[in-house]
Amino acid sequence: MHKLWATILKDVRILGRDRLGLIFMFGMPIILAVVITALQNSTFELVNDNKVPLLLCNRDTGASSKQLMLAMEKVGIFNLKQVVANETDQQISNRMQDKDALIAIIIPTNFTNSLNNKAKEISGKALSQFGMEVDSVQPYRDELESITLLYHPVLQESFRQSIKGALRSALQLVASKQILKSLYFALNEKQMPEQLENELINNEVKINEIPISRDGSGKIPNATQHNIPAWTIFAMFFVVISLGSSVVKEKLNGSFVRLKTLPTNYMVALLSKQLTYLAVTLAQAAIIFSIGIWVFPFLGLPRLNLPADLFGLFLVSLVCGWCAVSFAIVVGIFAQTQEQANGIGAVSIVLLAAIGGLLVPSFAMPDSFKTIIKISPLHWCLEAFYGLFLEGGKLKDILTNILPLFAITLALQLIALAGLKSKNLI
Amino acid sequence: MEAVQINDLGFCYPGTTHRCFSHLNLSIAKGKRFGLFGPNGAGKTTLMNCMTGLLQVKEGAIHLLGQRIGENKKKVNRLFGFVPQDFSFYHELSPVENLEFFGAWSGLNNGVIKKRTSELLEVLDLTEVKDKPVAKFSGGMKRKVNLAIGVIHEPEILFLDEPTVGVDIQTRNAIIAYLHELNSAGTTLVYTSHQLNEAEELCNQIALIDQGKIIANDSLENLLSAHQQEGLEGLFINLTGKKFRDADA
Repeated sequence: MHKLWATILKDVRILGRDRLGLIFMFGMPIILAVVITALQNSTFELVNDNKVPLLLCNRDTGASSKQLMLAMEKVGIFNLKQVVANETDQQISNRMQDKDALIAIIIPTNFTNSLNNKAKEISGKALSQFGMEVDSVQPYRDELESITLLYHPVLQESFRQSIKGALRSALQLVASKQILKSLYFALNEKQMPEQLENELINNEVKINEIPISRDGSGKIPNATQHNIPAWTIFAMFFVVISLGSSVVKEKLNGSFVRLKTLPTNYMVALLSKQLTYLAVTLAQAAIIFSIGIWVFPFLGLPRLNLPADLFGLFLVSLVCGWCAVSFAIVVGIFAQTQEQANGIGAVSIVLLAAIGGLLVPSFAMPDSFKTIIKISPLHWCLEAFYGLFLEGGKLKDILTNILPLFAITLALQLIALAGLKSKNLI
Repeated sequence: MEAVQINDLGFCYPGTTHRCFSHLNLSIAKGKRFGLFGPNGAGKTTLMNCMTGLLQVKEGAIHLLGQRIGENKKKVNRLFGFVPQDFSFYHELSPVENLEFFGAWSGLNNGVIKKRTSELLEVLDLTEVKDKPVAKFSGGMKRKVNLAIGVIHEPEILFLDEPTVGVDIQTRNAIIAYLHELNSAGTTLVYTSHQLNEAEELCNQIALIDQGKIIANDSLENLLSAHQQEGLEGLFINLTGKKFRDADA
């Protein structure tokens, strides 16, 4: 015990004097957590609270284009900026280059007319299907006039698709209304009352969004709940830079030769490193969680809500930390130089984070990645943390994530031992 | 009982066919100041590594004070200290912190570590810098720290590989004086170096090794008289020749 304690003391002293290593382990993940959460939060706010500026050029003079504009406004996510009708596509593009808006919609000249004709044709067909006599309706053979959607290339595909969806639903509303007006006129030979028209345009069916949760709390997740666990895991695994190179350094410098001539097994050194860095990973988790709880609100970011099962959270952090430490030890044992340990360590963590769903959500990954994802320990860490932070789960709910993580950790420990044995280090 | 007894030692590095030693025999009596010399690539370091258990011996046997190397590592490793040529400590730590750690690994308790640390810092003139990181030390001071760590557990046998390389004359004299002191207290010294004048001053038994064979092994006086030489350097050239050996190594 005395030897182990002396070794831990030695490791802590060396670690405490490795300023660069400390910056990597504590400073970088904190900065990442703050920056990424702030960015993602602003995206959430952009969609939820703020309105997206949208240039609208209405070259049509009819009622349907005005209704379309009204319907677009009612979608609630756009801040419509109307430009004069005679502005050319190029002039509108230039405005977008100046970032006046990232999207523009151009309603063509004949929009109302073509929509009316199409509506008349459909309503006529509908009435004749009901067996009613109708005036001969000229079939509308032309294509409906297209709406042009201009977008800035910086706009992400997913965001563009959601704007397209909103535009399509507004168009659907205007077209349906026009068909109903046509039907109403054909049946009553008078215009549809304005009140009825308004009722048609106002969609009364509300959508209740409820995030599913195991504890039934239904708390709405935010950017903090997503990012803090993810970057905590990233931080924990980034101990590979400090620990991996510490193992290599010890192997390469003369101290290792002396250690081998002393009446103590090298396993004591390995155990000490594991305990020291396990404490580091737990400290990282505690610090990042504390920042999420107490500092984020001061930065205008959502506060981190800790899961109800704090013991579960501790256990997940412990297993994640142990896995990260085991991975770092394996890198340290097999790397020949410190440069190799740093390079392999950093690149492998970014790769494992990418395939583990930390950088891109796992549900958005191609099918071919659905199996590969399971080999990344970071994936199981993330699933376990999300089970607690987002789904409100308890320890028993995330056992299916902890057990594979535990298995990977044991495999890494065995690889480390085999590596030490094959290199005649123990 | 001999301090070091090597019987019929054979060794080749794993994955190679070149035999470093075949049927090598050597005895070093307790209390001797033994010097092992030879040209580059002669097998000095390999033999030293076999004696300290750093290399696994499969042919023949090496005993330290009657204990066979490779059989009871914990017990055998308590018997000797090792001062490698490379600085074998943690540069980020101070001399005190290094001695605390290596003392614990040598099996000493806290009380003994404190006492020995204080003694060694005093005798090697490191007290003033005891709390400063070794990384900031001169080469000579680092050599002293290297030596202090090797002797903290008061070993019965001390293996020294080039213990004074790269130090100034004052530090060299201080180290040699301390080694004499240790030997007077009963520690057997097994020393290797290229500093032949230093060896003349320190060693009372000399062995010359060349191409994996011990070609001479006696007291310095006997060897000089047998080969009609005036100094170790002449004896060395006389027995090993003038040919450069680095290319053969």
